[in-house]
Amino acid sequence: MKRAMKTLTNGLIKENPSLRLVLGTCPTMAVTTSALYGLGMGISVTAVLLGSNIVISMVRKLIPDKIRIPAFITIIAGFTTIVQLLLKAYVPVLDKALGIFIPLIVVNCIILARAEMFASQNTVFLSALDGIGMGFGYTLALFTIGSLREILGNGTWMGLRVTAGLIDPAVMMILPPGGFIAFGLVIALANKFSKVKVEHNNCQSCGMCGKTAAAFADSGQVGIDSKKDLKEAQAMRKDAQKDGREAITK
Amino acid sequence: MRQMIIIIISAILVENFVLTKFLGICPFLGVSKNFSSAIGMSGAVVFVMTLASGATWLANEYLLKRFGLEYLQTITFILVIAALVQFVETVLKKMMPSLYKSLGIYLPLITTNCAVLGVSLLNILRDYNLIQSMVYGFGAGLGFTLALVIFSGVRERLETCDIPENFKGMPITLIAAGLVSLVFFGFQGLFTR
Repeated sequence: MKRAMKTLTNGLIKENPSLRLVLGTCPTMAVTTSALYGLGMGISVTAVLLGSNIVISMVRKLIPDKIRIPAFITIIAGFTTIVQLLLKAYVPVLDKALGIFIPLIVVNCIILARAEMFASQNTVFLSALDGIGMGFGYTLALFTIGSLREILGNGTWMGLRVTAGLIDPAVMMILPPGGFIAFGLVIALANKFSKVKVEHNNCQSCGMCGKTAAAFADSGQVGIDSKKDLKEAQAMRKDAQKDGREAITK
Repeated sequence: MRQMIIIIISAILVENFVLTKFLGICPFLGVSKNFSSAIGMSGAVVFVMTLASGATWLANEYLLKRFGLEYLQTITFILVIAALVQFVETVLKKMMPSLYKSLGIYLPLITTNCAVLGVSLLNILRDYNLIQSMVYGFGAGLGFTLALVIFSGVRERLETCDIPENFKGMPITLIAAGLVSLVFFGFQGLFTR
């Protein structure tokens, strides 16, 4: 029970996927022009993450290790399509505002990273809790950045007037450059209140590149000339997994 | 011809994938630490984006549209891109070992790069034809290259700067990227549509 509680709350502050692990950066900056859109994107990602975590942990013993990344991506793509169609049918406004970032949830690092690092090694119940915790953490981060940008850039919050009419808003904040700057500021703020600093983009924990590359190399499909290379690739993957896990448990 | 040039230039400057569209941020932040890896990564991205634009356009037109399966777009595209990257890799390794050596290690990294899937989806959204799609993919790749090369220079300068404790690492990188993005914002309205 204690473990379950810990899994659930881990993603909220301590290992916030957006602010601490710096995963899934593209939508974090692209859709947060208002608090509401940030919230919508966060909830969509949570839904996909919950679904894919549950299914992947269910079939984790059935998928051969070599083809697990393609299998994970296909499962994630399935859930993304479900969310995309649901949004199109019931919340067309949000669908229009988020645009191509809804189908792009497929390539959001957070989901594959959680599949690889958590769901493929844990029970269905824990994976579901992890999905909810990480998803809420991501939603929280997006909502914060969205609020900051909307208040500074438009003078409103969730569509309500805050400073609009009193001060001229800094329109730059809701334009692309403001996305980078607001995200940087929020991470710096999170740095101030946390002991562990985010020094660099924790690429290993993303699971997209280092590990994916090694996993493909593992299956003998890519650039493997000898058994030595294969061993190196496997060692690299183990290291990457270890690094990722350490970053998570820190 | 004129239209093609407009597509390329607007993909590079006006709607730069990294700096105004927020696509491909992960490799942008991850690989921009030094110049040579930035060049290697961008070469692979240009190559794959051009081919993926063509391949996904064909898949959409002759597979999905014909059988009315457009709702399977996301799954199909990601699988087409993954298969394409594998294919390119195998072909390059056999036919052009020297090119493979310089691009090889970056190729698998971009299977799941959101810029590649993004350009495929945008092509369909904008009703481009096959040639236009590939030109847009090529231009978007060049835009990615430009952003990565410029930013690798900025980051090398950042290394030696005195930065406040809490801004070290990621935050200052993002804020610097914001300023570079502000520069690119000056190109807005270069073409009026």
